[in-house]
Amino acid sequence: MHKFLFQITVFIYFVSTVGFLVHIITLRKDAERIATGFLFAGFGFHTAAFLMRWFAGGHPPLVNLHDSLSFTAWAMVGSFILFQWCCKLKSLGAFVVPFAMIIMTASSFQSTEILPLPPVLKSIWLPIHAIICLFADAIFALAFCIAIMFLLQERQIKKKRLGAVFKRLPSLETLDAMNKRCLTVGFPLLTLGIVTGSIWAEKAWGSYWSWDPKETWSLITWFVYAALFHQRLTVGWRGRKAAIMTIVGFAVLIFTFLGVSLLFSGAHSYATWLK
Amino acid sequence: MPLGLNRPQIVLLGVNHNTAPLEVRERLSLCESDTPAPKLFAGLSSCTEVVFLSTCNRVEVLVSTNCMDEVKESIKELWVDRGKMDFKTLQDSLYEYEGMFAVRHLFRVASSLDSMVVGEPQILGQLKDAYRVASEANTAGMVLNRLLHKAFSVAKKIRTETRIASHAVSISYAAVELAKKIFGDLSGKNGMLIGAGEMAELAAQHLMASGAGKLVVANRTLSRAVKLAGSLGGSAISLEEVENALIDADIVISSTGAPGIVLNKDRVKRIMRPRRHRLLFFIDIAVPRDIDPKVNDIDNVYLYDIDDLKGVIEFNKAEREKEAFKADRMVEAEVIKFMAWLESLNVVPVIQHLQKKAEAVRQREISRSQKVLESLNDEQQKALDILTRSIVQKILHDPIVCIKKGAQEKNNKMILDATCRLFGIDGLEETPKLQDKDLPDDSQDKTIS
Repeated sequence: MHKFLFQITVFIYFVSTVGFLVHIITLRKDAERIATGFLFAGFGFHTAAFLMRWFAGGHPPLVNLHDSLSFTAWAMVGSFILFQWCCKLKSLGAFVVPFAMIIMTASSFQSTEILPLPPVLKSIWLPIHAIICLFADAIFALAFCIAIMFLLQERQIKKKRLGAVFKRLPSLETLDAMNKRCLTVGFPLLTLGIVTGSIWAEKAWGSYWSWDPKETWSLITWFVYAALFHQRLTVGWRGRKAAIMTIVGFAVLIFTFLGVSLLFSGAHSYATWLK
Repeated sequence: MPLGLNRPQIVLLGVNHNTAPLEVRERLSLCESDTPAPKLFAGLSSCTEVVFLSTCNRVEVLVSTNCMDEVKESIKELWVDRGKMDFKTLQDSLYEYEGMFAVRHLFRVASSLDSMVVGEPQILGQLKDAYRVASEANTAGMVLNRLLHKAFSVAKKIRTETRIASHAVSISYAAVELAKKIFGDLSGKNGMLIGAGEMAELAAQHLMASGAGKLVVANRTLSRAVKLAGSLGGSAISLEEVENALIDADIVISSTGAPGIVLNKDRVKRIMRPRRHRLLFFIDIAVPRDIDPKVNDIDNVYLYDIDDLKGVIEFNKAEREKEAFKADRMVEAEVIKFMAWLESLNVVPVIQHLQKKAEAVRQREISRSQKVLESLNDEQQKALDILTRSIVQKILHDPIVCIKKGAQEKNNKMILDATCRLFGIDGLEETPKLQDKDLPDDSQDKTIS
């Protein structure tokens, strides 16, 4: 049942993606309305799929790569909906929703089998740690989209090419303010994610920090975002530099998320579990 | 008069900025005449209805008439006579539109497709004024009322459904548009004006009108700065204080008469740190330029000079032209609908005569049986009246529906001829005056407007 719901979700997200792309190309308002409607529906199905999977497996479905990709996409769509509700950003959907769609597609290629949970992971900390970390990832993915939009728009204005792209993107300062907002939400979440992970590690293995590759790279990611956060607050970094830094941070984050899990072996490695 | 030819026809005569020089336009506007121009035209015997439009770019007379050629001649005569000009000059600069061409021209004028700057918003207001004058003087009747209202709704529709008016086409507007694309909301953003000049003042004015916060005016002579700051609602500083003031400014409009660079890259770079790298937008409309073009290379600083802004405007004008195609298509659709309505007007007299004749027959037959019917009491008489009335109505219902349906078709003459012959209607010489309630309804129109 949850697999079926998942497939429906992917399909609805696909329709919504097409809607947002049609909107940004033709600027038709009805396309955006329809796309938003589908996005809401998809989010509903996605939530249902998540709950059904939890119910079917008996543990929070946040264990393998399929789960975490799917949950990240869910968190992205959720925060996007929330963002649009509080401060609507023109054309953001055409960047975020296709991205979420790609993550969902990647997720759907992963094994969807529910394996019995290794005893060491059976803990209340699993959902707490995983949800916080994946939410941080989702927020940073949003920040990444906004940074891309900023750089695109900045380039148009700097080079004085005020054509189709210029018309479709929001103003620079709005984009920068949103980037900042994402950072002020995402960075504390990331910090909290690392702290909860550390507490859980102590409970499970008796040591707060054991320098496994995931932990190391998480720390590197944390430092990149910490640097950006610091520069923004103290020196007043903004605009292009902040946007580029956001993108660098996200690249490191992706490596931490995917690269480490697939390349190295360790407590977080999906590779070992799948074997 | 043969049936069907008595429907009103629409004629439009006029000149605009393309066909006539200002001097001719001034003469034709008849502003020197003691009677106002609309009254003069309304006085012409062949004019049924008149609206007179006179703006700085065009003078046009729109009439509804029953004899087209006569009205054209008499309007031209009036212009030659009152405007004190020779016939040839008039004829050379005048355009004449009839029927659907007149309707199309009016719709295009109202939608600002015929304007010097396509999409400029004033013309619609001017046309509305012209119409108000006409309806106050009672010179606009049923046909022009409807035509003008249609023109207004077409214009409004084009304005909302195309982007014909959404691109700035003047330097000062373009500058403010750009500022909005950089800062989003201008409220709380501070402006700065370096030097003075008409265009710079205009841009500063637009900026303040768009919600910008404080304004600082810097000038070589402080007294001039104080005066300008007073009129724009800002504060004045001397040129030496510019660098310090730049720390608080967000949008800087520069137009000094200085022969060389006033602000170089290093000076701007220096202030970025104390500004905490807040975005800074320079608009340099001075010739020669005041601000070093290299300033644009600094992060978070954007510099547009007069040529850049002109580039923006050229681009926007091209965008408007593109939108104008779309607008023309919409005009065309509305012209066709209006002409169909106008076409349908000639069925009204036929229907009226048909009803009149039937009623006459009914009355006559009732009075012929007067003797027998006298014995009936009041209630019975009333019932009889209702009965005969409804028989007449029921019999006429289908033919009338049929005529009304045929009314909107191009060649409705056949059905009208047939009706007249079948029911023996003739002698339509004395046409009853058309009234709004008699008109065939065009429900498709109502859903659109």
